[in-house]
Amino acid sequence: MEENILKRIITIETRDLNCSLEDGGCGECRTSCQSACKTSCGVANQQCENPEFSADTEN
Amino acid sequence: MIHAYKLNGLNIILDIASGSVHCVDDVAYDAIIAYESRGSEGARELLRAGYGDGDERGNGESGGNGTRESGGRGNGESGGHGTRESGGRGNADRRDNADGRSNANGRSNANGRSNADGRSITNNLESANGSQRISDGDLDELIAEIEELISHGKLFAKEAFSNLSEQERDPPLKALCLNVSHACNMDCSYCFAGRGEYGGGGLMPLETGKRAIDFLIENSEGRRNLDVDFFGGEPLLNLDVVKGVVNYARRVEQSSEKLFRFTLTTNGLLIDDDVIEFANREMSNVVLSLDGRRETNDSARRLPDGSGSYDAVVPKFKELVARRGGKDYYIRGTYTRGNLDFVNDVVHMADLGFTELSLEPAVARPGSPNRLEMDDLPYLCEQYELLASEMLRREKAGNGFRFYHYMLDLRGGPCVYKRLAGCGSGSEYLAVTPKGELYPCHQFVGDDAFLMGDIWSGVADNGIRESFLKNGMYSRPECVACWARLYCSGGCAANAYHETGSIGGIYRFGCELFKKRIESAIALKIQSGFSAHD
Repeated sequence: MEENILKRIITIETRDLNCSLEDGGCGECRTSCQSACKTSCGVANQQCENPEFSADTEN
Repeated sequence: MIHAYKLNGLNIILDIASGSVHCVDDVAYDAIIAYESRGSEGARELLRAGYGDGDERGNGESGGNGTRESGGRGNGESGGHGTRESGGRGNADRRDNADGRSNANGRSNANGRSNADGRSITNNLESANGSQRISDGDLDELIAEIEELISHGKLFAKEAFSNLSEQERDPPLKALCLNVSHACNMDCSYCFAGRGEYGGGGLMPLETGKRAIDFLIENSEGRRNLDVDFFGGEPLLNLDVVKGVVNYARRVEQSSEKLFRFTLTTNGLLIDDDVIEFANREMSNVVLSLDGRRETNDSARRLPDGSGSYDAVVPKFKELVARRGGKDYYIRGTYTRGNLDFVNDVVHMADLGFTELSLEPAVARPGSPNRLEMDDLPYLCEQYELLASEMLRREKAGNGFRFYHYMLDLRGGPCVYKRLAGCGSGSEYLAVTPKGELYPCHQFVGDDAFLMGDIWSGVADNGIRESFLKNGMYSRPECVACWARLYCSGGCAANAYHETGSIGGIYRFGCELFKKRIESAIALKIQSGFSAHD
């Protein structure tokens, strides 16, 4: 996990959702119920299929 | 909009539009909240009163504990659902550097300014807990930090994508839930499908399964990755058709320039050597149903004779996973009001040697003994905190496991298009019955009000698809005002329908649990990242 660190604030490196307006939208990801939920909506738990953005799912 | 909360000794600020996550000390926590509503000077004034030299120290605006919503669109949801006052739990391993402002690792922030490493900063954050006063100079630096984040679009960011909600969406189909069996060899107490039968339908013929593959190919223009979930009922009751459908899809995927990814969801009773060999070769994911401890599992997951499935399936699951070669799988269960201490069930499954776990809250009808009630929320929220702590402890000990709802890819993860589209039910994702009927998803199967057509004649022009496309989170004022909207995408339409009678309704219990899970997942990610630096 990389962070940008200010003195009192640690900013965890995250995908910028506003920027993903430009670099997202390929639609190749799975629908959320294809994994393990089946009875909820786990969109945030999904992975991006674009290798540029999918590397950090250790938990 | 931001969401500020304290959990497991961390002060966390989520910036909703940018997706940024900030871990801050107490002063910065108060400062950011104050800055949003009062601006720079207002924040300074408040912090001088709260933390300034020579003053009686207060606590700024944040209060001492609990979740807090800020952002001018507050919705009164803050606090009251089991969040914890910061206090250092789980942080004892990060106290090895007293100087929070050193440049030990030489890493830089967005402006190239060198700063301290995660350990020293975290120690600094901890040292601020309850005892910090700041000078005017420190205050100037803090405000500068906040304004630097604002300038980089990482704090108080405006949504650049809200106009997407007004655009007509017409996404292609890309996934099918193939109900190859409306029969089941179990009789689970919480089954949403009525003992797995969905009101009837029997087994899917091979020709119907093959036609479903063709239907998916025909309606997925522009998509290469196609997902098919063999579901039921119990799909292994129709294993020959599962195999036949896979073989057919493999034959046509190259010529159609598609890539099929299959998932098998099974209760495990019929797993044998042949199934293991087939599933581990062809299934990109297998979902194996187990609810945890023997007594938990067997109280709900019963065979027709009333006995439980635990002893029959656990050895089979172990063998399948051992031979899986690292491919995806989940041990997936349901918790109910009968096992509110569900963390003991998750831990039990981890102790069995499984590392990919999912345990979902039951969504039961009013009157059911399985139904989780609002009164259960505080305890359940504590359970989710406990789960995160246990996962962190085990990770440090070298025997970690993953929990589906705590899997967050912060650096990557879904783009905003995905987050606005939600699960895709009714458009990108459809369920197919053994007779070839189409429904928005597996949870609507058998409900005539949601019959969307069939795989031969296609999606009917009856407005159901459109109603799901328009059912995004921006269609609900409650969601627009909620900080978690880009994590849940408006939630599960089936849960909303079954709870409120409308797919546009709000399943409040589910919302509260979801928010707690996301808070816990993010805190765990942060703590896990800090641990990795130690």
